[in-house]
Amino acid sequence: MSAAPTETGSEPRTHYLNDGYGIKSWLLTTDHKRIAILYLISITVFFALGGLMAVLIRLELATPEGDLFQPDMYNRLFTMHGIFMIFFFLIPGVPAVLGNFFIPIMVGARDLAFPRLNLLSWYIFNIGGIFAFWAMMHGGIDTGWTFYTPYSTTYASTHVLPTALGIFIAGFSSILTGLNFVVTVHRMRAPGLTWFRLPLFVWAMYATSLIIILGTPVVAVTILLVGAERLFGVGIFDPALGGDPLLFQHLFWFYSHPAVYIMVLPSMGVVSEIVPAFARRKIFGYRFIAYSSIALAVLGFLVWGHHMFVAGMSIYAATIFSILSMLVAVPSAIKVFNWTATLYKGAVSWETPMLYALGFIGLFTIGGLTGVMLATLGIDLHVHDTYFIVAHFHYIMVGGAIMGYLGGLHYWWPKITGKLYSRFWSRISAGVIFIGFNVTFLPQFILGYLGMPRRYHSYPPEFQVLNVMSSAGATILGVGYVIPLVYFIWSMRYGKQASSNPWGAVGLEWETTSPPPTHNFETQPVVSRGPYEYPPPKEAPVVA
Amino acid sequence: MSPDGHATAVHGGGAHAAAAHAGHFDSAEQQRESASLGMWVFLVTELMFFGGLFLAYIVYRSAWPEAFGAASHHLDVRLGTFNTIVLIGSSLTMALAVRSAQLGRRQAVVIFLVLTMILGATFLGVKAYEYHHKAVEHLLPGHGFQFEGADPRHASMFFCLYFAMTGLHALHMIVGLGILTVMLIMGARGRFSAAYYNPIECSGLYWHFVDIIWIFLFPLLYLLERHG
Repeated sequence: MSAAPTETGSEPRTHYLNDGYGIKSWLLTTDHKRIAILYLISITVFFALGGLMAVLIRLELATPEGDLFQPDMYNRLFTMHGIFMIFFFLIPGVPAVLGNFFIPIMVGARDLAFPRLNLLSWYIFNIGGIFAFWAMMHGGIDTGWTFYTPYSTTYASTHVLPTALGIFIAGFSSILTGLNFVVTVHRMRAPGLTWFRLPLFVWAMYATSLIIILGTPVVAVTILLVGAERLFGVGIFDPALGGDPLLFQHLFWFYSHPAVYIMVLPSMGVVSEIVPAFARRKIFGYRFIAYSSIALAVLGFLVWGHHMFVAGMSIYAATIFSILSMLVAVPSAIKVFNWTATLYKGAVSWETPMLYALGFIGLFTIGGLTGVMLATLGIDLHVHDTYFIVAHFHYIMVGGAIMGYLGGLHYWWPKITGKLYSRFWSRISAGVIFIGFNVTFLPQFILGYLGMPRRYHSYPPEFQVLNVMSSAGATILGVGYVIPLVYFIWSMRYGKQASSNPWGAVGLEWETTSPPPTHNFETQPVVSRGPYEYPPPKEAPVVA
Repeated sequence: MSPDGHATAVHGGGAHAAAAHAGHFDSAEQQRESASLGMWVFLVTELMFFGGLFLAYIVYRSAWPEAFGAASHHLDVRLGTFNTIVLIGSSLTMALAVRSAQLGRRQAVVIFLVLTMILGATFLGVKAYEYHHKAVEHLLPGHGFQFEGADPRHASMFFCLYFAMTGLHALHMIVGLGILTVMLIMGARGRFSAAYYNPIECSGLYWHFVDIIWIFLFPLLYLLERHG
């Protein structure tokens, strides 16, 4: 905090990036902002790994014959694509990077409640990642990311245990992050910052944290049981030994369905920040959006059975799960309608973050509506385990979660690095990603509806046109992801200096300097109004 | 307010008696409340962790009540009861240790912590004896499992879950003993005072939680079949 201006005039201001140099000042940091950067690097590596697998999958599927890979290699590819993308990119994604960086700033605190725990969680995450990476380098795993028994137990011939252990370990890192967020939001808010003055991003992260806290331990113990089955030859999930494989599916989906909300809720929070900022309007229905985040967290725990409609379930249970799954559409729709209403008569500007946010709204809506279709028992039985499902969840996870993540990264990049990226290239890449995404996954809806099953490396020739479209789209999408990587790195060195509030947005994070000082604010902020008071007053009266 | 300010949060905080707190907190009160809430949230995750096992047990128990009932007769209720009493006693001494820390009674903290650890170790000793006994009777699930009864497959499942649940519980006890050792050293050095007792209070919460898990394990595993 000794930011006494050393030289008047010029810029040698102390902020979190120049407050200490060298590898040690990063690896031993307890500053939530630096830890967010560390996470950003880690998850980008895992995203690249998962992306590489996707490239290979789409290459194989460009032709109907299985000419590039053997079937068991193909099994490994889609399994590891799913594992890296879900457990090591999407789940930590927005929370560990953007949440880590901005929750303390948005609540006006100097750090998260437990800074050392925060650093620990990054190390735990990487250790988990190393296990999964080791397994990949030694031949990988072919069970599908869901680890269904008996693939993962009786018939496992690949590195199930190291991978499962990696996920088990990484789970603890997300538990610690969630715990840290919950305590921070409860106990660290600035004076005057009541619950209903919290930015909706914080609400979304809070709901996400609740899911992480309640769900992750269940999958952890499930993995332990799979491990026990492999190691000691006991049969908790093995029918030959008196167990029930369905129990595994119940336990697994009890976490892994809510995990979908761990992935998409944070991005919804990001969109709730971006839309009012670039529509220059107070967000419509603040409380509804806040409550809908909590509603998603609660409902998310009641719908896991819809993954198991064909796995052996009484018609009554299936009906109940079907109805509950449709209920999820209500809080989701509340958000979409409120964002749309915020846009209405707003002074919308087409900056890059807004392009991503609008992309999110459109693609998430498609993903969500097809989700309602899938919650319908008859349709689910028809398209179960086809590309329809694949397309549906990619619309949620890529079209939703990743669009939100990239939107947030573009929105806050000037704050994080203090540098501006290329406006031109960033808008180009947003367009390329949007087009590439749709060309990739829209054909998959049709493929699935026509009956192409997922998880096969070859298919009947009549499906080739749509598959080639999908592979071509994936190429476009891949290019779209590389462009931001280039201009973000470029901006760190050559980008123009960002002002403290380049978008003219409101929110505590825009009232501190870019990049923020080590302790986030020079003076303790005192909050006296809601989070989306647009248009912003000439002088922000928030910082006392 | 260096980044190292955080480093003094847990371990060094109490040394500077009065209003010592880590740099990112506004007050010792805020720090204490955060630590306490953090511990409660952590215990929720622990509850869900054990919850998966409880669910598996309840599902299988209701699916094969006879096999599970027959298998549960091989558990020693007297030892289980003894252990339950030991553990409840240790919760009492733990609570007294926390109270003594809040009152700044250094010697009492040490005495009660030592008592708690003795009781905890007793529990683990008895548990180890029970495990040994099961091994001798060929009741360890796996290839060497032998069980004379109508349904050895599901009796094996019972022992599977028995070992998973009590084993995980025992693991938590061992971790707890490690934590109490740290608390003992801190207590003996007079780190705790009326103004600073977060670590021992949180350790106490953890210890009570582990006890409560046992309070549910005991009837589920040992007693369900003993009525009437």
